[in-house]
Amino acid sequence: MNIKLHYDVPGDDFTRAGEASGLVKRKLKQLGFEPDVVRRVAIAMYEGEINMVIHAGGGEADVEILPDRVTVVLTDHGPGIPDVEQAMQEGWSTAPDNVRSLGFGAGMGLPNIKKYSDTLEIDTKVGEGTALTMTILVKG
Amino acid sequence: MTIADVRTILQAELVTGGEHLETEVHNACGSDMMSDVLAFVKDQSVLLTGLVNTQVVRTADMMDMVCIVFVRGKEPGPEMVELAADRGIVLMKTPLRMFTACGLLYENGLRGGN
Ligand SMILES: Nc1ncnc2c1ncn2[C@@H]1O[C@H](COP(=O)(O)OP(=O)(O)O)[C@@H](O)[C@H]1O
Ligand SMILES: [Mg+2]
Repeated sequence: MNIKLHYDVPGDDFTRAGEASGLVKRKLKQLGFEPDVVRRVAIAMYEGEINMVIHAGGGEADVEILPDRVTVVLTDHGPGIPDVEQAMQEGWSTAPDNVRSLGFGAGMGLPNIKKYSDTLEIDTKVGEGTALTMTILVKG
Repeated sequence: MTIADVRTILQAELVTGGEHLETEVHNACGSDMMSDVLAFVKDQSVLLTGLVNTQVVRTADMMDMVCIVFVRGKEPGPEMVELAADRGIVLMKTPLRMFTACGLLYENGLRGGN
């Protein structure tokens, strides 16, 4: 098994943010992955998808599904993250109040992604964009 | 307790998911911040929230939560109802406020998980 999926994540419609993660979740479930693996991929990708929509004007998601791991790459052409170490801290957020009133912007997204994935790489450049690569391992 | 018990205890009105009322629930979580909800996975749980947008349903879906209770009589929109029905998530609304709703469920045996 080597399944590759690609999704566009539109940046102009907050209600649709999370659609791609929902589709990936159902695909993994259908393929018979353990509920824990399905959930970890879904939550980590969902937080990343939300970030692309609220901070970067949308982007793209590429998912690779192998029997022993799932890798999700989220790429955007947003403003980039000037200080990744700071962005990774729980509670750090530059989200405006209107995002907070929608239930996000508590500064827990990146920490949650780190918590649920086995490896997380953040490749970002101010003014150019951000690529997040997260891998979730299937532990036998 | 079952989702039906949750409805009775909270004097809640069912919005969608009547076919899942006999599902057992063990844990609950009350929050208006979805990332807080996403931070801790619990089994078979109920989400209580005063927030009304589709991301509430998506959050519950990612977490495999089985029931969402909207407090203070908040009314979920048609898009939310459709999404919840598709994912098999029960939606209900209670006139009670968050603190009271959580307190009543706790008193009746639901826990916060860990
Ligand atoms: N894709 C992104 N593009 C630009 N900035 C981002 C991106 N993702 C995260 N950030 C920055 O990192 C901060 C922390 O992100 P996160 O932990 O998800 O918290 P939140 O989204 O609640 O603000 C954000 O407030 C934002 O400044
Ligand atoms: Mg975030």
